[in-house]
Amino acid sequence: MIFKSFREYLAWLYYQYLLITGIYVLEPWEKSIFSSILFSAIAMAIYTSYVFVPIHVRLALEFFSGISGVQPESTVARMT
Amino acid sequence: MTESPATKPADGDARPRVKNGLKPERNGSVVKSLRCCHERQPQRHCHPEEEEEEKEEKEEVHAAAAHHGGLYNRPFLESFEQTPMLVAVFTYMGYGILTIFGYLRDFLRHWNIERCHIAREKEEQKDFVPLYQDFENFYTRNLYMRIRDNWNRPICSVPGAKVDVIERTSRDYNWTFDYTGRVVPEVINLGSYNYLGFAENTGPCAASAAEVTAKYGVGVASTRQEIGNLDGHEEMEKLVAKFLGVESAMAFGMGFATNSMNIPALAGKGCLILSDELNHASLVLGARISGSTIRVFKHNNMQNLEKLLREAIVHGQPRTHRPWKKILIVVEGIYSMEGSVVRLPEVIALKKRYRAYLYLDEAHSIGALGPRGRGVVDYFGLDPCDVDVMMGTFTKSFGAAGGYIAGKRELIEYLRSHSHSAVYATSMSPPVVEQIITSMKCIMGEDGTTIGLKRLQQLAGNTVYFRKRLREMGFIIYGNEDSPVVPMMLYMPAKIGAFGREMLKRNIGVVVVGFPATPIIESRARFCISAAHTRDLLDRALSVISEVGDLLQLKYSRHKIQPSSAQDRPDDGGDAYEDVED
Repeated sequence: MIFKSFREYLAWLYYQYLLITGIYVLEPWEKSIFSSILFSAIAMAIYTSYVFVPIHVRLALEFFSGISGVQPESTVARMT
Repeated sequence: MTESPATKPADGDARPRVKNGLKPERNGSVVKSLRCCHERQPQRHCHPEEEEEEKEEKEEVHAAAAHHGGLYNRPFLESFEQTPMLVAVFTYMGYGILTIFGYLRDFLRHWNIERCHIAREKEEQKDFVPLYQDFENFYTRNLYMRIRDNWNRPICSVPGAKVDVIERTSRDYNWTFDYTGRVVPEVINLGSYNYLGFAENTGPCAASAAEVTAKYGVGVASTRQEIGNLDGHEEMEKLVAKFLGVESAMAFGMGFATNSMNIPALAGKGCLILSDELNHASLVLGARISGSTIRVFKHNNMQNLEKLLREAIVHGQPRTHRPWKKILIVVEGIYSMEGSVVRLPEVIALKKRYRAYLYLDEAHSIGALGPRGRGVVDYFGLDPCDVDVMMGTFTKSFGAAGGYIAGKRELIEYLRSHSHSAVYATSMSPPVVEQIITSMKCIMGEDGTTIGLKRLQQLAGNTVYFRKRLREMGFIIYGNEDSPVVPMMLYMPAKIGAFGREMLKRNIGVVVVGFPATPIIESRARFCISAAHTRDLLDRALSVISEVGDLLQLKYSRHKIQPSSAQDRPDDGGDAYEDVED
């Protein structure tokens, strides 16, 4: 498919989103409700991952390196 | 007492599904004459002439070469490609989301926050057993209504290759429609059952029908039994019998009524009806009205049918174990939702082996299959006397209305006095009878022209070409290679509505089908090819279908078929029957 502009491509992507989720058949207010719920769920997921994933990864690495590392340090002392 | 599947309501095209796994498999001694068809079934490798590559999914391509026992004189190529996993997941997800919104809207309607347009119980009846709570009504209210503008479209011209559709809009999301006053002209018609192109208002058929109307009028004002038996009816019935190659035939005013009113006359209590899984609602209704025991075999599955036959004969009637009074196998020639053709040679071999009777419903296949247009019996080159009851309709290939039953003379004489439809229904209207007579003579070549033969060849050519091109484009197409009914899979609920609307925007009229006529995730668009379609009309339609397929991402097929070169195309289809002499 040839798209004359980027905006047309975005419009087609939006159309695919409507078709695949099935909300193409719904009335506009229902479409807005669904899209806003979905968007807020995705936004919350992104925010949570942005805030918490680095900390969790760092802790996990330290935990595992503490077990296999040479000095048997206690994790409690590490965190203070 | 009966094992009839009473779990599904008898509306629409509900398919009875019965668990037959009660008795263990009894495939002891395989009959020698049927060994060839057993061996043929598990073949999953392509016929050598096929261009498709090996598949990893469970696609059934049954190719029966002529040297394998001689039951089939031509390759039997059917395919029902499996639903891609991602598409199935998205389809279920789509239905889930729409169901949630359906519950939301029902809640709003129940608490009167929004106006309810649909039937509800009265205030006094709110505590009674609910009438509109089952899934069918929920589906109708919340899913069907939203895309309802794809069905019941009013047309205002003869439904030939092109048709005029009245334009309509809706301001309240399909609860009511307004006519804009305009007409969409020359919409390419891919939805009418017009296989041989006899739905026309000019030409010899229409002219003779007009003459007969001038002579006899339109109404008959009586039943066949009383004083409504015209000379036209007698002539038509003799002609139908001659067309099919049987002793005698009888015609009825309505195809649905032919099935539902005549099966009760043929089978009753103490009889067994073995009906295919995907039989039409009229056959299911007729079988249920008859009061016989109904057992359902898997679609076109001959081992299942044989297993049921053997069990039935060995065990007899359910509690008394007396032998069955008769066993009637009910199949259709072409199944209109799948586009598949019945495996008639094997069914006849089974019927002869186990002394059962065969009822063949050729609603879609009469006039559309076979080198001489005589239906599925002609397509396989079999003897019409092997089929005990041949039923068909005049609606699809003859451009008229009504149905017929044909067979031995004693059977038809019996039906004349014992069938409800013959005794109580008004007889067929004279212009309709004349249309049948003229079109049938045209197909047989008795009017002195070769129009009929040309139309049959045109239909065969169109069918093969259309199916091949759609396959090459990458759509999932179900059914037999020679069937003029072409179901194209859509799967997702939103694409059902989107496809119908986008096609109409581009001036092509199609029929889209969803639940309950099909399983819930297998919604489809069903094209009916006609001899009235010219090659360039089909080309135009195909390019539009490809465009809409790209727009909606409908090209799900995972097989790569090399497009044949341009020189091959004009030779298609005419070769399909070139080796059969009349």
